[in-house]
Amino acid sequence: MTNDIFVWVEQFENEAIGASWEAVGAARSLADEQGGDVVACLFGGDGVEALAQEAFAYGADRVLLAADATLSDFRVEPYAELLAQAVQNHEPDTVLVPATFRGRELGPALAVRLETGCIADCTELAFEDGQLMATRPIYAGKLMSKCAIPERRPRVFTTRVRAFSKPEPDAARDGEVVELESTVAEDQIMTKVTGFKESEGGVSLADASIIVSGGRGVAGPEGYDPLQELADMLNAALGASRAAVDAGWIPYEHQVGQTGKTVSPDLYIACGISGAIQHLAGMRTSKVIVAINKDPEAPIFKVADYGVVADLFDVVPALKAALAERVD
Amino acid sequence: MHIVVCTKYTPDSEAKMSVDEAGNVSWGDSPLIINPWDEYAVEEALLLRDEYGGTVTAISMGPEHALEALKHAVAMGADEAIRIWDDVCAGSDTLATSYVLARAIETIGDVDLILCGKSAIDAETWQTGVALATRLNVPSLMYTINIAALDPDAATITVERLLEQGRQIVEASLPAVVGTTKGINEPRYTSFMGIRKAAKMDYPLWTLEDIGADPDRVGTSGSGVRWPTVFEPPVREGEAEIIEAETVEEKAKILAEKLLAEKVI
Repeated sequence: MTNDIFVWVEQFENEAIGASWEAVGAARSLADEQGGDVVACLFGGDGVEALAQEAFAYGADRVLLAADATLSDFRVEPYAELLAQAVQNHEPDTVLVPATFRGRELGPALAVRLETGCIADCTELAFEDGQLMATRPIYAGKLMSKCAIPERRPRVFTTRVRAFSKPEPDAARDGEVVELESTVAEDQIMTKVTGFKESEGGVSLADASIIVSGGRGVAGPEGYDPLQELADMLNAALGASRAAVDAGWIPYEHQVGQTGKTVSPDLYIACGISGAIQHLAGMRTSKVIVAINKDPEAPIFKVADYGVVADLFDVVPALKAALAERVD
Repeated sequence: MHIVVCTKYTPDSEAKMSVDEAGNVSWGDSPLIINPWDEYAVEEALLLRDEYGGTVTAISMGPEHALEALKHAVAMGADEAIRIWDDVCAGSDTLATSYVLARAIETIGDVDLILCGKSAIDAETWQTGVALATRLNVPSLMYTINIAALDPDAATITVERLLEQGRQIVEASLPAVVGTTKGINEPRYTSFMGIRKAAKMDYPLWTLEDIGADPDRVGTSGSGVRWPTVFEPPVREGEAEIIEAETVEEKAKILAEKLLAEKVI
């Protein structure tokens, strides 16, 4: 076994997902401490090879590249099979995978193939007395757990999106590209991707650095209009509480909270959200929280950094106007 | 069709969680419920049974508390419910849990479709569904928001999976493991009759021996992950700074300045 660290670099339509570079950055820090190389595993269809240079710039020493028609859409079987074989051939002691939807499938599928442990959605990875300890939220962040994979190798971790900082790319860095052959023929794969319906515009909640979120206070689907306008100006994602989603005012994709998405943006602007415990669990790790609510007793003010006690329909347009004068 | 639904119990999502000095996790007086994501799996199983005929069997690996999840599934309309447990199962991670569930499903035999929630709201590992599919060597269809087509005779299924950039449409062979997400259906409320049926129901307990599972592959010895420490996260300090001014416009201006000073815009 080596001290090398594998990182799966996720891409969609030959563009790398930001969380991939966050994982490469996390791997780089660990490799600098334990020795060994950071090995980026880059799988996809035609054109994916262009990302190898980016992987080096973000901190990889080597790239294992597989470009094959069977890999052009993410499917867990061929991806996990190929990664498992690469692990067996190169013997890294650690594998990092971004905790995106695809990564959350790939990590466990790899771990089961290798009969090893997988720790999901880590927010911190650090050596303590020689043991690599992972910190991760449980119960939607109401509690934290520290875990380890003491015996089995490789140890597999998925890294939570935005929990690790993205390194500054260094265009001068270079490394070795090793080509892999895809190991599973198309007719052996049990799934076929027959289409993709892209979400209509907008910034995705998972990687937004600003989220403008609305709850019961928006009072209807059209109540999201001023929030959307503020979000557009700030290049922010639109979030929602469960109450608003359950009322049918906004699709589930926007829900923040224990039964929605857990988010951790730089700025979370909660508009007309009272702050039920299950909502707070999903956004409490945001760097700065602003609460706008008519009710001064709303629990959201307990976790907010700044509060405005007023009607969101007055405050949100005024905030947009005030920021418009100052931004750009 | 024979549909198996994997369920687990969790503390209610409104529960205030705490940890005592010995590291024991408590959910206070909050009730134990079926994992909310699993309710979508149960509902989808019932809808498919109504359309294609067949049986819905709910299973859960867990101590007696696991009956809460199974009872809920039966109250919703599941035909059968099996609990799987042995004391050595304690401390199982997803590697071990998926092994036990796979052995149980192989023991049931002749299963056409396996449904589960896309994750559970307690440990939130998101792993068991895909790990189970890997064990059974069947397709894994996590984050399914719509079953667009299903043909029991041809043994095929088409689903829409909710990913970050949109919906991926996937065709797969059956049996498969489908992980359900919110939006796929509206889980029904349990009826009085359903709750009565669940209370009278017989819940067989399968041990490792019943499912032919190797005790070395479950519990701590069968797990890769150890979780020695659970702690409460630091609370966010203090109360919000409430922005005070005469008019909303002035408040908005002050807030804008604060946010620019924080360098978050």
